[in-house]
Amino acid sequence: MPKRSKPASPAVEREGSPWTGLWAVVTKEMADHLTSARMRILEILIVLTAAGSVYAAMSVLRETIGQDPFLFLKLFTTSREPLPAFISFLVFLVPLISIALTFDSINAEFSRRTMSRVLAQPIYRDALLMGKFLGAFFTLALVLTAIWLLIYGLGIVGLGLPPNTEEVARSLLFLLTTIFYGGIWLALAMVFSIVFRQPATAALASIAVWLFFTVFWGILASLFAQILSPVQIGTLTEIVRQTETQLALSRLSPNTLYAETMLALLQPTVRSTGLLLPFQLEGAVMGSPLPLGQSVLIIWPQFTGLIAITILLFALSYVLFQRQEIRA
Amino acid sequence: MSEYVIETVNLTKKYDGFTAVNNLNLRVEKGEVFGLLGPNGAGKTTTILMLLGLTDPTSGKVTVLGMDPTRKTLSVKSKVGYIPDTVGFYDELTAKENLIYIAKLNGLSGSTAYQRIDEVLARVGLADVADQRVGTYSRGMRQRLGVADVLIKQPQLIIMDEPTQGLDPERAREFLHMIRSLKEEGITILLSSHLLHQVQIVCDRVGLFHRGRMVLEGTVSELAKKVLGRAYRVVLEAQGSPQDILEALEKVPGQVGVRHLEGTRYEVEAESDIRPEVARAVVQSGANLLGLEVEAQSLDEIYARYFEEVKHAQKE
Repeated sequence: MPKRSKPASPAVEREGSPWTGLWAVVTKEMADHLTSARMRILEILIVLTAAGSVYAAMSVLRETIGQDPFLFLKLFTTSREPLPAFISFLVFLVPLISIALTFDSINAEFSRRTMSRVLAQPIYRDALLMGKFLGAFFTLALVLTAIWLLIYGLGIVGLGLPPNTEEVARSLLFLLTTIFYGGIWLALAMVFSIVFRQPATAALASIAVWLFFTVFWGILASLFAQILSPVQIGTLTEIVRQTETQLALSRLSPNTLYAETMLALLQPTVRSTGLLLPFQLEGAVMGSPLPLGQSVLIIWPQFTGLIAITILLFALSYVLFQRQEIRA
Repeated sequence: MSEYVIETVNLTKKYDGFTAVNNLNLRVEKGEVFGLLGPNGAGKTTTILMLLGLTDPTSGKVTVLGMDPTRKTLSVKSKVGYIPDTVGFYDELTAKENLIYIAKLNGLSGSTAYQRIDEVLARVGLADVADQRVGTYSRGMRQRLGVADVLIKQPQLIIMDEPTQGLDPERAREFLHMIRSLKEEGITILLSSHLLHQVQIVCDRVGLFHRGRMVLEGTVSELAKKVLGRAYRVVLEAQGSPQDILEALEKVPGQVGVRHLEGTRYEVEAESDIRPEVARAVVQSGANLLGLEVEAQSLDEIYARYFEEVKHAQKE
């Protein structure tokens, strides 16, 4: 027998599917999430904000009923003092729920000492990680869809009108965007739950990243834009270039991507998410809504960007988890 | 391929330059209870993880039930039960719910799963508390639930890491009894421990680990012979002149050491059971023999002696 062991060649494959046991993990995770006290608190919170902000929006909308072809979309975007619009709530609630769902997904298995017992079952690590992610993702989708339906129900009762097809299509896309926006924070909190052994540290790190993008990234983007594309003489080209740099930088933040997608989907009159110079509007009928296809075209890069970030972060957590020693 | 349930050939595991397991050659036969002994950090847990395919070996070969755990991971893990040290459960779920999850991960579902769960819970004596949350369980109950947990997959081999650690003597004894009954069903058991007298009670063979190597292997009396130079110790009580008695004892064939303990007690060390010869010698020397017993070889002593020798060797 040769002394050196044969180098592992890709031809020697692992036995069976890496997804064996995936659905057992997914259903267990979903059952855990849906019965946990943590999720109940968040659900109450989000139902209350949805009901409150939609009720406030309805009281405004009733005055202008019949003038707007997209009344139902306005339910999400109209605000009335002192309550902000529902979408402004979503920008924080979605990351909060997502982080709460996964910040302890891996490290808690280690601290409860269940990791080695679960991995000693005939499954691969892939199934455990994927199952945990999908379990959280489906829970998030379930909660958000329920809220979405609730808002529609309230709208039909309160406004006395059924939504039209375009409204339904636009708001369904909006729902999908929101779920993927949540997916980013799910995947991020999951990465931290692999990196940090303490769930509290993982939660804090996730919230720190969220705060960074929510509060500081806008300021930093304008600072960097001034450095990268300085306005020296004050020509229009220079100013435009600086603004464009700033916009490009701010789009590195998932919050910006989400906000822009949301805006274009829920306000059909939005024609661009970037700079719009007067000559570009030649021939446009101001204030007239764009068809759905055109709106989708505007935010397509943002929308795919949101999905891409989710996938990239999940891939990162995958690599980290596969390399982790499980002795604990 | 081989009749061994576990076979490792020059198994080595290195973590960033530190060698946790060094050229290990371990063989466990079908149906035996094998004990891995050794101080903490000797490489016992690492070895176990490699047997389960949870950690990849740096070099060498592992065969478990005739399969390579790093390639046939799923087949190996569906036939091998693993009870980690301080086994963990989902505290907010009931015992039954915990087991349902494990049953599903093993591809069992529906009535087969429920039936088997009820069986194993009854088997370990937890049927009454099956619907209680595991958070309310005592340590001993958790340990038994750990056994129920591996029995669900009807394993051919069970690997236990420090199974009796932290149990009170009564629970530990019950647990050892359970290990014995599993062996009677034909399940091979590999357990690691540093609680030597318990290992001694339950194991057919033991392997002593030190710094990633298996330095000694065999039955307890084999080890005793190797390390202590004797396998049996006869302790006797006799009335009479100590000098005469010692003289008589020294003439007994097969003895390797004679000692006067205190008062009327004497000790004879031997490679075989020489009680009859000892009794005859004492009586013939004119002393009154009051009592005679052979002491079981103590693994504790073997262990202590071995590591003493290692320490000496290192100092020199």
